[in-house]
Amino acid sequence: MRAHENSPLKQTPLHALHLARGAKMVPFAGYDMPVQYTAGVLKEHLHTRKDAGLFDVSHMGQLVLKAKSGKVGDAALALEKLVPQDIVGIAPGRQRYAQFTNNDGGLLDDLMVANFGDHLFLVVNAACKEEDEAHLRANLSDACEIVSLADRALIALQGPKAESALAKLCADVSSMKFMDAGPRRVADIDCFVSRSGYTGEDGFEISVPADKAEALVTALLDNPDVLPIGLGARDSLRLEAGLCLYGHDIDTTTTPVEGALEWSVQKVRRNSGARAGGFPGADKILAQFADGAARRRVGLRPDGRAPVREGAPLFADATSAEPIGKVTSGGFGPSLNAPVAMGYLPTALSAVGTTVFAEVRGQRLPLKVAATPFVPNTYKR
Amino acid sequence: MTTLYTSDHEWLRIEGDVATIGITDYAQSQLGDVVFVELPKVGRSLKKAEAAAVVESVKAASDVYAPITGEVIEVNEDLAAEPALVNSDAGGKAWFFKLRIADKSELGGLMDEAAYAAHTA
Repeated sequence: MRAHENSPLKQTPLHALHLARGAKMVPFAGYDMPVQYTAGVLKEHLHTRKDAGLFDVSHMGQLVLKAKSGKVGDAALALEKLVPQDIVGIAPGRQRYAQFTNNDGGLLDDLMVANFGDHLFLVVNAACKEEDEAHLRANLSDACEIVSLADRALIALQGPKAESALAKLCADVSSMKFMDAGPRRVADIDCFVSRSGYTGEDGFEISVPADKAEALVTALLDNPDVLPIGLGARDSLRLEAGLCLYGHDIDTTTTPVEGALEWSVQKVRRNSGARAGGFPGADKILAQFADGAARRRVGLRPDGRAPVREGAPLFADATSAEPIGKVTSGGFGPSLNAPVAMGYLPTALSAVGTTVFAEVRGQRLPLKVAATPFVPNTYKR
Repeated sequence: MTTLYTSDHEWLRIEGDVATIGITDYAQSQLGDVVFVELPKVGRSLKKAEAAAVVESVKAASDVYAPITGEVIEVNEDLAAEPALVNSDAGGKAWFFKLRIADKSELGGLMDEAAYAAHTA
């Protein structure tokens, strides 16, 4: 994570629209971003789960990775030097979740990688985007061209009515399945559309040229099913969906195994896979695949109604002095009408149903390890 | 009956030697949707400016400080069951707790309605 506090806040191409819609703005990753609109976090959250929510995520980084050979497979092989995922195996028109690892097996960032036929399209976190671009340039410049698409906005349309709302502007989207991705004409604008998101709901992320972003968003918001949603509800939605927030639930000190992200590392990159290893920290990460890790990210459900927030220390019982872990994300889940959290525990105490205790304002509150997602996802597979 | 205000956006309704304390409508509008309220125990002695209660929205937790010194004689149990009362009726049904006032001179440092209106303007 990078400290942006001392530099002036940047604005996304939708900044004026946020203000016109009554957004409360806050600094986030160096940008002046909407944390909520007039409806408030609770209603915005519930509206997204019931109808459709529109999110401005233009602060995130969008990059093109193109092999100098012209072959997308060469770009994929190059990127596999930096991530533990099977990038070569991403079919044209498909997208996959990935992480940049460091030499200790920790995570520099998490990202989405799409195969656009002749190049790869990457979406990375806002707070890491300069470092990610530098990392790509430092390691892949011999084989690849790296282009930052700073002139594009990114919006997410999420919820059960996302498909019908977007289909009015692009008939093609109804046939897309979860993690399909590629160029599409939306409202007569050249966009990149993926059927994915960060809420656990069916939905889409749409990359649009900056100068067309307001027109596209206005067209989507003309639909009464679609409300603009701020970062506050984006956080509660992703937390209920059990999705990691980089810099909180995963960071440079957590490996994919500790972060319970084994599902995201395909067999071909693991021990005895055809392209096993070959990414930073592979020794440590592959050893953890074989032997397990000492700690593990888990979902947590507090017994009472009090939210248990990020940073709360976790204890094995109500009295022991030594913490055994800590909460990395926590808050109130509006759809569950109950508090939810995630955190790290010793692997021996990470089984679903285990009771642990969090210290909140000097009191020990019981929580149970719970399966994630807390709210079932509704992806169109 | 007098209503007084603090710069931390609490209100106090003074009846004899009892102060009923809540947070202002301005405060609830800043907090957003309240999902949990933690109240002090009846019988607890609070010093002025001591953290007395906690109000949590979806996003964040905020302390409510004792605006004056006194003993907690009653708390609003309705808030445990229905925290959203804080949003719908901050100045009325969503009172937090009642204090037996230890030192009436502490009331002198608080704002009246006009001064509070100017404070939040």
